[in-house]
Amino acid sequence: MIAYLEFEKPVAQLEARIAELRLAAEGDDVDISGELSRLEKKSASLLASTYAALTPWQKTQVARHPSRPHFRDFVEHAFEEFVPLGGDRLYGEDEAILGGFASLGGRRVMLIGHEKGHDTQSRIRHNFGMGKPEGYRKAIRLMELAGRFGLPVVTLVDTSGAFPGVEAEERGQAEAIARSTEACLALPVPMVATIVGEGGSGGAVALASAERVVMFEHAVYSVISPEGCASILWRTAEKAPDAAEAMKVTAQQLLQLKIIDRIVQEPKGGAHRDPVEAAQSLGRIIGEELDALSGKTSAELRQQREERYLQIGTL
Amino acid sequence: MNWISRVRNSLPFLPKRETPDNLWIKCPKCHEMLFQQDYEDNWRVCQHCEHHGRLGADRRLQLLLDDGFSMLPQPEVREDPLKFRDSKKYVDRLKAARAANPHRDAFSVGSGNIDNRPAVVGVQDFHFMGGSMGMAVGQAFCAGAQEALDRGCAYIVVTAAGGARMQEGILSLMQMPKATVMTRRLKSAGLPYIVVLTDPTTGGVTASYAMLGDVHIAEPDALIGFAGQRVIQDTIRESLPEGFQRAEYLHKHGMVDMVVHRNRLRETLATVLDYLQPAKAA
Ligand SMILES: [Zn+2]
Repeated sequence: MIAYLEFEKPVAQLEARIAELRLAAEGDDVDISGELSRLEKKSASLLASTYAALTPWQKTQVARHPSRPHFRDFVEHAFEEFVPLGGDRLYGEDEAILGGFASLGGRRVMLIGHEKGHDTQSRIRHNFGMGKPEGYRKAIRLMELAGRFGLPVVTLVDTSGAFPGVEAEERGQAEAIARSTEACLALPVPMVATIVGEGGSGGAVALASAERVVMFEHAVYSVISPEGCASILWRTAEKAPDAAEAMKVTAQQLLQLKIIDRIVQEPKGGAHRDPVEAAQSLGRIIGEELDALSGKTSAELRQQREERYLQIGTL
Repeated sequence: MNWISRVRNSLPFLPKRETPDNLWIKCPKCHEMLFQQDYEDNWRVCQHCEHHGRLGADRRLQLLLDDGFSMLPQPEVREDPLKFRDSKKYVDRLKAARAANPHRDAFSVGSGNIDNRPAVVGVQDFHFMGGSMGMAVGQAFCAGAQEALDRGCAYIVVTAAGGARMQEGILSLMQMPKATVMTRRLKSAGLPYIVVLTDPTTGGVTASYAMLGDVHIAEPDALIGFAGQRVIQDTIRESLPEGFQRAEYLHKHGMVDMVVHRNRLRETLATVLDYLQPAKAA
């Protein structure tokens, strides 16, 4: 049973009606297949038109959907192999940020990304995808390892932001994020970053400072959450829809602003309706991106990455 | 009350182009009355309790650099490509900030010497829209780094910011990797990059160039952190420890090398620079 978002109510009503009809038709001789197929068509087209016209705030909700595929789903459905690597060798193992060796269509890569979890227990274990310094320091360690052994780095970014907590501050959350960004920029190997759900602020940039950045159709990427922006600039979190609109957080807007390079189409009605298809599309596009970068030298890759960021804001 | 006036009113001392010389002001920390001219002459440090007030970019550069330094031109950047507006247009906020400040944005760069040692100093000014990091700040930061690369000398950056400039959305966030490209170039060139953290340094500024220095110097009692205190309190629902996110607290937790009083900042930088001679090209 899928959780419907507020704006999906008309779709939900249609789908409920279809389910009812199906149930009623069981053991009944009345032929309702005509009516059923009419309703199904209507429902599918309503879903398609709803998702074709999502506002930035609606996309934010889709990006945060509880059933949206996360790191583990992508690993399962897009990669043939995953060998998890744990720990920062300094303090601990942070399960908000996962990483390890992975194989994608025969390509060996270092895969790193946020994992939000899918139920209460796993969400707590993964700290809702909010990384701590040890998570970012693990990412740094894995990026450096990848660099030394020529493994391209692929990241899956999906976080509301780095964890805001006393201990995270004490252990240098800011320093860990800054160093992780630096580690991305220093990589002598190809790096492809993907924004798969929420790209929340510094906690996202730390894993997304790549030469190629791709983004799911309904993912969002922003400097601060719409709620956070609204509560500061509008002085009420209720203005989050306005803040989302003003900040330009969607993949389509960010492609126009040249902040991302490419959009990965999601299954109809969002990635949460078909995580397998979503993962396969993502895997296919990451593969294409990696292949396009594979002939480049370390110097060319770094230059491409540096130029990308240096030109932002210039006339 | 709009955002600007809210921030300005919350500042203990408004920056003024011309300081009236016969005004008394109250120290926000010890509440002693201070003769404003004395306070300015003392680089905005309270003579009674040593509270370090916020220093504007020009005064900061005067404090650190030998006379005769030159200012880099403020770089031109894309202005308001998002056409951002909340209760007010971002372009209007910018206009107001420019009217109230001597510079076009929150980051200024001086190129000269610190006690005869060549140095480029970049200063982030909290008085300009809370020092927030947008495209102009990022571009000026990079221009300062490039000047240091061209001169083959140290780059010293004095940070002060509430964080990223939200009105520039994702473009402000992208200043984090952008600035980091340049700190890496300084490193590759064997040039020292020194950060002076002043009150307040938070958010995306802390999580990028403020924490990538070869040496980190903080001013006493400066607020330095990643997450805002209210956000942290809302998350953990506990009270925060004494002195949380203050310079001394960061020193205790290993994030800054030293906490240095403003009146010893220049000599401290000079000493550090003596040890960090630009490396011979490898
Ligand atoms: Zn005082």
